[in-house]
Amino acid sequence: MSHTIIAPPAGTAAATASPVKKRSQLAEVWRRLVRNKMAMFGLVVISLIIAAAITADWISPYDYRTQDLNAISQKPNAQHILGTDDLGRDILSRIIHGTRISLLVGFVSVSISVAVGGGLGAVSGYYGGTLDNVIMRFMDVLLAIPSILLAIAIVSAFGGGIINVMIAVGISSVPSYARIVKASVISIKENEFIEAARAIGASDFRIVTKHILPNAMAPIIVQATLGVAGAILSAAGLSFIGMGIQPPTPEWGAMLSNGRHIIRTAWHVATFPGLAIMLTIFALNLLGDGLRDALDPRLKN
Amino acid sequence: MHKYILRRVLLLIPVMLGVSFVVFTIMFFTPGDPAKIMLGERAPAEEVALLRTQMGLDDPFHIQFFNFVKNAVQGDLGRSLVTKRPVAAEIWSRFPATLQLSAAAVLIAILMGIPIGIISATKQYSAFDMISMVIALLGVSMPNFWQGMMMILLFSITFRVLPSSGYGTLGHLIMPAATIGTSAAAVITRMTRSSMLEVVRQDYIRTARAKGLSERVVINRHALKNALIPIVTVIGLQFGSLLGGAVLTESIFSWPGVGRFMVDAIRTKDYPSVQGGVLMLALTFSIVNLAVDILYAYIDPRIKAQYK
Repeated sequence: MSHTIIAPPAGTAAATASPVKKRSQLAEVWRRLVRNKMAMFGLVVISLIIAAAITADWISPYDYRTQDLNAISQKPNAQHILGTDDLGRDILSRIIHGTRISLLVGFVSVSISVAVGGGLGAVSGYYGGTLDNVIMRFMDVLLAIPSILLAIAIVSAFGGGIINVMIAVGISSVPSYARIVKASVISIKENEFIEAARAIGASDFRIVTKHILPNAMAPIIVQATLGVAGAILSAAGLSFIGMGIQPPTPEWGAMLSNGRHIIRTAWHVATFPGLAIMLTIFALNLLGDGLRDALDPRLKN
Repeated sequence: MHKYILRRVLLLIPVMLGVSFVVFTIMFFTPGDPAKIMLGERAPAEEVALLRTQMGLDDPFHIQFFNFVKNAVQGDLGRSLVTKRPVAAEIWSRFPATLQLSAAAVLIAILMGIPIGIISATKQYSAFDMISMVIALLGVSMPNFWQGMMMILLFSITFRVLPSSGYGTLGHLIMPAATIGTSAAAVITRMTRSSMLEVVRQDYIRTARAKGLSERVVINRHALKNALIPIVTVIGLQFGSLLGGAVLTESIFSWPGVGRFMVDAIRTKDYPSVQGGVLMLALTFSIVNLAVDILYAYIDPRIKAQYK
């Protein structure tokens, strides 16, 4: 039961909900999100991109691997809406298949950051003391390295490939989650319902996972949404310098990198994958901003 | 105040030691034998073994790390496996180019971001506000390296007004600086707007208006000054992603800076150079953040008072 108690960590819906008609916190957040047109636009675009990733095999006009040597570097035309690359592969089909890679990398990287960063932040905030000091100083060290550089260092050491890219990008943004979760845990752990849980003999692990973290979700969700965008950008950047996901995988950054060498003769090869990245990141950012406003109306300007 | 600055400068030491440790550890566990890379694949085993001993590669991890730090403090970051020249000298000769690019980018970011942010905040929900916010968000969403390529496509290939690569003149600087600068400008615009909106609701702004001060004075003297702290923080933090962004942007525009040097070093598996590059950029970033923290004290007398 106790996890349904709403502690107001830095302004949740509880503070503003009208006393007459009680909505659940989730419904209240959803209602505010729906009213935000930009956030809804973001949500619709993301849903479409996810749908494209799922149905990629059916909706792609061509096989993304098929090289048509009679149609090399074709400008956009009726057969190939976005043209073909230097090996005669259909760019639209490759972009559609690329949604799978980018979404996968985005979500897995952020899951790694949330799990590792959130875990460290929770331990740090809950126990405090020396352990907290050691963890946070280590986070300070990681923060001193610009995150793309850290990711570059990790993939250059362990090699490219999708798994290493996800780990590298995930690790490089661990510190921001650790900080956010730590701050939330500190603000929540002094509440009476935590004391109550402790009084009935709940273990530390149970208190943190069942009572504190559910109440600290708002900032984590916002950061994670924006984090997926950042992770997709970083992964594309790594692939772009040849350190990430390797061709012939239809990864957007790798496609851009390929298009770079033929930009003088075939502008479309580099242009469209970039637009796909931008649209995805734009939609995620809109949704993330909207979620932040919906979860914490006091921050809304 | 001096005590505060001294304390912050001293704090740099453990952070940089930590950064060295992280970077050194990553590179230590990199597969591939540096001695072999240096001598080439066909070098006889005895020669490789000899070089390994000379380079101290057979020592245990902690000894190697200790030697690395000892040398780094004296300005010796090892030798490049490819050019065989000292890494520190290689980086040092490219550092001015990176600094020049970053400075130009920060300048663009500040000159665009702060004024647009202020106007957006003072005319909240106006057409100007809406449009500039959408553009700013697009700017945040655009991959740096793609933006650079699109600028080359537009200004070098289509209109032929700017050189697509190289170094030396103002013309060479414009596109790479704009590439990194505009995305930082987008972040600064958003921060300036929200920080200003936060401040203009305060009572002292109402008081200032009630006193009959002109709107210009209220915004520039009373509001902006108080809104500046989070803005300055963001500018400092942007400098980090700017240095990171420079790595990609420099290789697109063949800008002879530390970033391109690092990307080339990664391609040739020249680990000491990668290690040195990350270390130098992390140090630069830390110094900038330190400068930002010290700057706070000058912007905000309340912070200064704490350290009296």
